[in-house]
Order: sequence, then C-alpha cells, then structure tokens
Amino acid sequence: MQLKESFAGTLESGDIHIRLLPSDKPGLTINLESSVAYQFGDQIRRVITESLTDFGIDSAEVNATDKGALDCTIRARVTAAAVRATGKDVWAD
Amino acid sequence: MSSITQRAPLAEKAAEKLNKKVSHPETIVKDPTPRMELQKESPKLATLDEAIRRSGLKDGMTISFHHHFRGGDKVVNLVVGRLAEMGFKDLHLAASSLSDVHAPLIKHIENGVITRISTSGLRGQLADRISRGLMQEPVIFRSHGGRGSAIASGDLHIDVAFLGASSSDPLGNACGYSRSENAKSICGSLGYALPDAQYADKVVVLTDDLVAYPNTPCSISERQVDYVVEIDSVGDSSKISSGAIRDSKNPRDILLAQKAAKVIINSGYFKDGFSIQTGTGGASLAAVKYIRQSMIDRGIKASFALGGITAHMVKLHEEGLIERLIDVQSFDKVAAESLKTDMMHKEVSANEYASADEPGSAVHYLDIVILSALEVDVNFNVNVLVGSDGIIRGAIGGHPDTAADSALSIIVCPLLRGRIPCVVDEVTTLITPGSSVDVIVTEYGIAVNPRRPELAERLRAAGLDVTEITALRDKALSVIGTPAPLPFGDRVVGVVMNRDGNVLDVIRNIAD
Amino acid sequence: MMFVPGNNPGMMADAHIYGPDSIMLDLEDSVTLAEKDTARLLVYNALKSVDYGDTEMVVRINPLNTPYGKKDIEAVVKAGVDVIRMPKTETAEEVVEVEREIERVERELGCVGRTQIMAAIESALGICNAYAIATASPRMMGIALGAEDYCANLKTQRTPDGDELRLARETIVVAARAAGIAALDTVYSNLDDMETFRKEVEYIHRLGFDGKSIINPRQIEVVNEVFAPTEKAIEKARTILAAIREAEKKGSGVIAVNGKMVDRPVVIRAQRTIDLAIASGILKEEDV
Repeated sequence: MQLKESFAGTLESGDIHIRLLPSDKPGLTINLESSVAYQFGDQIRRVITESLTDFGIDSAEVNATDKGALDCTIRARVTAAAVRATGKDVWAD
Repeated sequence: MSSITQRAPLAEKAAEKLNKKVSHPETIVKDPTPRMELQKESPKLATLDEAIRRSGLKDGMTISFHHHFRGGDKVVNLVVGRLAEMGFKDLHLAASSLSDVHAPLIKHIENGVITRISTSGLRGQLADRISRGLMQEPVIFRSHGGRGSAIASGDLHIDVAFLGASSSDPLGNACGYSRSENAKSICGSLGYALPDAQYADKVVVLTDDLVAYPNTPCSISERQVDYVVEIDSVGDSSKISSGAIRDSKNPRDILLAQKAAKVIINSGYFKDGFSIQTGTGGASLAAVKYIRQSMIDRGIKASFALGGITAHMVKLHEEGLIERLIDVQSFDKVAAESLKTDMMHKEVSANEYASADEPGSAVHYLDIVILSALEVDVNFNVNVLVGSDGIIRGAIGGHPDTAADSALSIIVCPLLRGRIPCVVDEVTTLITPGSSVDVIVTEYGIAVNPRRPELAERLRAAGLDVTEITALRDKALSVIGTPAPLPFGDRVVGVVMNRDGNVLDVIRNIAD
Repeated sequence: MMFVPGNNPGMMADAHIYGPDSIMLDLEDSVTLAEKDTARLLVYNALKSVDYGDTEMVVRINPLNTPYGKKDIEAVVKAGVDVIRMPKTETAEEVVEVEREIERVERELGCVGRTQIMAAIESALGICNAYAIATASPRMMGIALGAEDYCANLKTQRTPDGDELRLARETIVVAARAAGIAALDTVYSNLDDMETFRKEVEYIHRLGFDGKSIINPRQIEVVNEVFAPTEKAIEKARTILAAIREAEKKGSGVIAVNGKMVDRPVVIRAQRTIDLAIASGILKEEDV
C-alpha cells in the first residue's frame, strides 16, 4: 500500500505519538520510546503491528513515543496515522 | 585557721584525697572586652575549611547531613564539593535523605570521594545511576525512626555532622528559622538533625544568618556544637514544598482524599482526642481538608497532629480543631513559620518522632496515619522506594514507623498511574510489611486487611465500596494487561533496613 | 452527565471512577477540525475496550450537515454507545435524519433499536420546536439545554442569575415531561466558583430538571448533594412503597399511609425519591 508520511497522537500522559513513514524494506520497523518500556514494550509493539496489519499495511517505519497509553489508545492512534498515510478511511463516506 | 594561707595545708590534703590539684585563682586573667565584641571571637567560629580540618575528619570516616531543605538543600553539595577539593576519599555519606538536587554527588562517587551512602531516600539522576550499579557498596536505606535508633545505638556512628541552620549564634545555638532582620532561609523543624547533633563526634553548624548570642529559643544547643561556619546560603526555602509534596487540584487525588476522609470518619477512631498524621503525596495531604467539616459538625477535636506538618494542619490547629502540632519536619513555609511563633507547635527529634525503641516516641500514641505508596501488593505489603521500573525513586520516610505503631494505617494510592499498576502480586521492594497496614484506598475500591474484620464491617456499614485486594489487582490487570518482569541484574545496589535494625529486603541493579 | 473531550485518552480511560451517572465523550466543540478523525477513533476504541461499568455512555457527535456527522454515527453505533447526543438541534426532521443513519448502521450490525438519542437544544428555533424534537423519535430519551450557543443566538449573555435562560429552561422541562423523557440542564464552566454553581443546581432542581451537565469531576458532589433526597423523604418514600406492595399482595385497590390516601402521583414521587437515593449513593439497590 502506498504511504505518505503521517502522524497521530500527542505527548500527553496516557497518550502515544505515532509517526508513520514509508519504507522500501518489507516488514515493519518499529522504533519505540516508552515510559513503560520495561514492562510493556513488547505488548506495545504487538498492538502497533496488529493494528497496521489489520489495516493492510505490511511495510512501514513506525516511530512511536509512548506516555503510558492503554492498548485501545495505541490502536486508535496507529489506525489514525494509517488512515492519514493512505487516505483510506475506516468509515464509509 | 581563719585565713586562706592558714587553710592551705588542709586544702592540699583534701585535694590529695580527691586526686585533684589545688587551684590558684590569682593566675586567672579576666577579659574586659564588651561581650557583644567577645562573641565575635568565639573559638567555635571557623571557615568551612578550618572546621573540616579541626574536626579531625579522615578518609574512610562518616559524615552526616539533614534534608530539611528538601529540594532546596545547598549544604550537601557545598560540603562534599569542598571535601573533594581538599582531597578526601572513601567517605561514608549518611544523610537523613537525598533528592534530585544531589545529582552532583555522582561525580564524587565516580572519583572515590564518596564510597558509601546511608539515607532514607534517593531521587532523580543520582537514584537512577545508583539503580544501574554506580556504587560498589550498596546504599543502606533506613526509615526516619530507624535512622534515629541506629544513631543512638551506634549502628550508625557519625564522625562529623554538617548541619545547615537558618540561624545560629557564634556558640552554636541554632535553629531552622531566624528571628533577625537578616533572615535568609527558613525550614522550620530540625528534627532529623537532632540525633546527629546529639551523637556525632564532631558537629559543624553551617548557617546563613549568624546572629548575636543568645539565639533562643533554639533547636540545637551550643553544648552539642563544635564549630560554626557562616556561608551564603544553606538552602532555598521556596523549594521545601516542592518534590514529594503538592496541594493537588488533580481530580483523582481529590477523589482519593475524599474516600480516605470517609474511611477515617467511619473507622471507629474518629473520636474526640484522636491523633493523626498525613504522609506526603497530594491525596494523603488533602484528606485532612475533608475531615475538617466532620470535626466541626460533630464537635471532635484532635489532641495532636504529627509528622510532616503542613499548612492544612496549621490551619486546623489555628481553628482550634487540633490542640498540638508535633513536628519532626515542616513540609511548607506556613508550617515553618508556625513552629517559630506557636508554643503549641513542638519540634521533636527523629527518635522522639518515630523510633521503635523509644517508648515515648509520638508514633506509639498515634491513632490514624494516612500514607501514600508506589505499590501495594495482595498481602498488603507496601513499597514507597523503588519504582515499578526497578529504579529507585522515593524515600522510606516515616512510612514503616507510623504504619507499625499507629492504631490505624491507611494507604492511599491510585490503582493505576498511567499504565503502571499500583496494586500488584508482589511489591518490587518490601518497605512496609503488610502486617502493619490496615486499609488501602484506591479510586476503584477500598481493601481492608483481613486481620481487621471489624474495620471492614464498619466501613461497609457506612456504605463505602469495600472490596477484596485481589479484585483490585485483577481490575488493574484487566485495564493495562500483564506487565513483563523487570530486567534485574545480580548485584545488590541497596539494602533496606527494618526499623528494628535488621535487614528487611535488598534492591538489585536494573540491567540495561 | 460529565463532559469529557474525545481527544483526551487520559481522561477517557478513567472518567467513570468519579461516579457520574453518565459520561458524554465529545466529538464536537472540544475537538478541533484537524483532529476529528483521530478523536473519532479514540472514542470508538475507548467505548469498545474500557469497562465503564454501569455508567451510561453518551457521545456528542458532529451535526449531520458537516463532513463528520455520518462517520461519527457509524463509529459510535459500531462501538455500542448507549446514547447519541445531537448538538444544536433545531427541528424534528434533524432527529429523524440522525435516527435514519443510526438505523442503517444498526441494521448492518443486526441490533436495530439499541441506540438512544438525546438532543441538545441550543437556539431560539430549537426552543420553539422543543416538544416536536422531544417526540420526534421513539429513541428520544432526553433533551438538554446548551446555554452558550443559545445565549449567542438570543443576542444576550449568561449571568449568574440566569434570567436569560429562564424561558428556555422551563420550556425544556415542560417539553420533556410532556414527552415522557428526561430534561438535562446546561454546563456551568467556572470551576472555582462552587457557590454560584450550587445555587444554579438548586435552582434547576426546583424547576424539575432530572440532572445537570458538568465539565469536571469536582462538580459531581454538589449535584449529588442537591439532588439527593433527605433522610426523612427517603423514609417516607419507603413506607409508601412498602404499603403499595402490601396492598398489591392483598389485592386491595385503595391505600392509606398514616391515615392519608396515597394516589398515583404520590407513588411515582416516592419511587423517584428512592431512585435518586440510589443514584446519589445513599441507598444501595439491595437495600430496597
């Protein structure tokens, strides 16, 4: 899927900032910075990967700055970034 | 035998019997200097360098400090900086506590000036580096009461104490405020410095307001002081109430405070003459605000409030709702000013405040204490020292002392801080054992230690949302998911001493 | 009903811990045009994942005449929201349009009729049409006053006494009662003036409103206190309801309590007292 650079989210506590970049390599490269990296790093990466895969994106670079966001927030932010990167919305027009 | 000369042989005999010499008063020269001038030449007055040299400090010895200026402290960095320049090595730094402002200690540790630390807490960069293994020797953590006991028993022997004071006369009568026009700082109570002043081999008072003798009333007596050093600033008073202490507008803190207040009011201990203490943390401090109205409505007065005294407590005292304030540490300027002016606001030492082996320590006569926590586990154990990421980020304070000796200990903490759970299976570090914790208040419900069924019954009858501690843990996990275990290394970077002087737990380094 | 901005995940995660009767996640005025898409996704995911317990969940959508309204409806109906709150409602036709959109999505999901509607009336035209709006759909569960826009439309401004809102408030209560649905008052936004806030809540309680919209958890306690029935009123209500149950058991038609005839309005009022006592946390459901 064709991507253009996009971002979604904030750096407020309880939120996550996602920057999505096109990548020429296959697969997802996730650079994660998180205040809860020790305990939740793997889980955050998993949610990011799932959200993008569900959306149909399998190649991209993701720069994520997490401030303790819950999974539902991560999913929302990643999906929003994906919508903005592809111009394809999840809701009908 | 009526003249002195005639009695001289008898005096000789008496002296011999007493193993003394005969005094010759005619050799004493009286000093006619006006006394206002004489005190300026007090033999105790010295520069910092002179005081250090004359104190006999040597490599390997123990130096001590208090933390009454909290984040505004300037004494630790000044003195240790000077000791480094003078070439001292291998010193043991025994502070009542350390905070963010003490990051400069990192380079002194790296250079071997400081090789051991004893403290109640560590925060900021220094804590972060120590958690990752900066020091060869583990840091020894003690509660405030435990430190008092250790100093008194000799477990913690202090060679030279460097104690900052907001005023001192040239003889060393010193306190945490000043009555002079030149007052530069105020920290109120010097309670944590008093054991050091009493038991250290040498005591150096550092002050930024050298006042005329006699500086009474005072906290530290001249009898305990060896040297008095005048410096520009001992601390920034505006930062006393920074750090751990906030007056919160955060709605969650307010919710927790209101719940804690309801627990107090319905606990069975809310009776005329009760005594109370609040720990640091927005919610536990604010709880006092919410019991005020009930005290007025029911005509209940507290006999004393203990601890960390805050502006809230002073207000209740001035309104006549609390008879006496017992103050080991003034948590803000209002409290510090009150200590200075109010007879019923009494300063106490760490030992009189919270030592287990001091039968008269105030905690023994404390009904209710409200405390905060970083983590609580399903066995009611509490951790206030090490973050859920394994990094040291707090202080033991009087937590285990007050929890153990009070009639009712209430821990107030949010179930979740962002994605960090505060009710867990097992605390990262054991600080206050569950055997001394009675009630946990969270925004998702209140858990009562099964040891106290009568308490649970009272709270339930009052309509409070009493639940099982395991239900709180499950709730936390359902919101945030299961955290992965922390990457601890195999080195011990901290040892937690119990208040009885024995080892309670150890802290391992966090591996990167 | 507590307002929570739809683009603030921190606040959305635990708004229910303060115990509001309902939470309104906002996609409209508190969200900038540039963030409409992300807020919609946040609200959707929060509704699907966060356990809000018994709290009634409401989402304020953007109007259907904006590019966002239709997508908002799709997202929140799919997420299983309890109530959709329409902003700036002026006519019954607007309600019907929203109902049509809701039903289209519900049909797709196989859950027709699940989502209720509440309409906020925020203009003079809306007030004139209040009863028609209140009865425009069987999904209508309440109407609410939005005072800021209403005042702007009226070419006046809000005062502490609220004279400018009197007609609007009375109209909304009367229309809601006539339609058999709830009446909800507007927000009071000065958080530091709890005294005026309390007076306003007391006033709208007297007018007959069922509740107050709030913008901060700190306001909940005041609303609960004002709406909480007194101990005496609760006791009386319990006696009446007990007598009713007793009478029903005996099959007796006429009931008297303390020598006074108890008729239907008295019973309804007693039931409402008990409901309020439960809502205010004075009584527990199992106590009744």
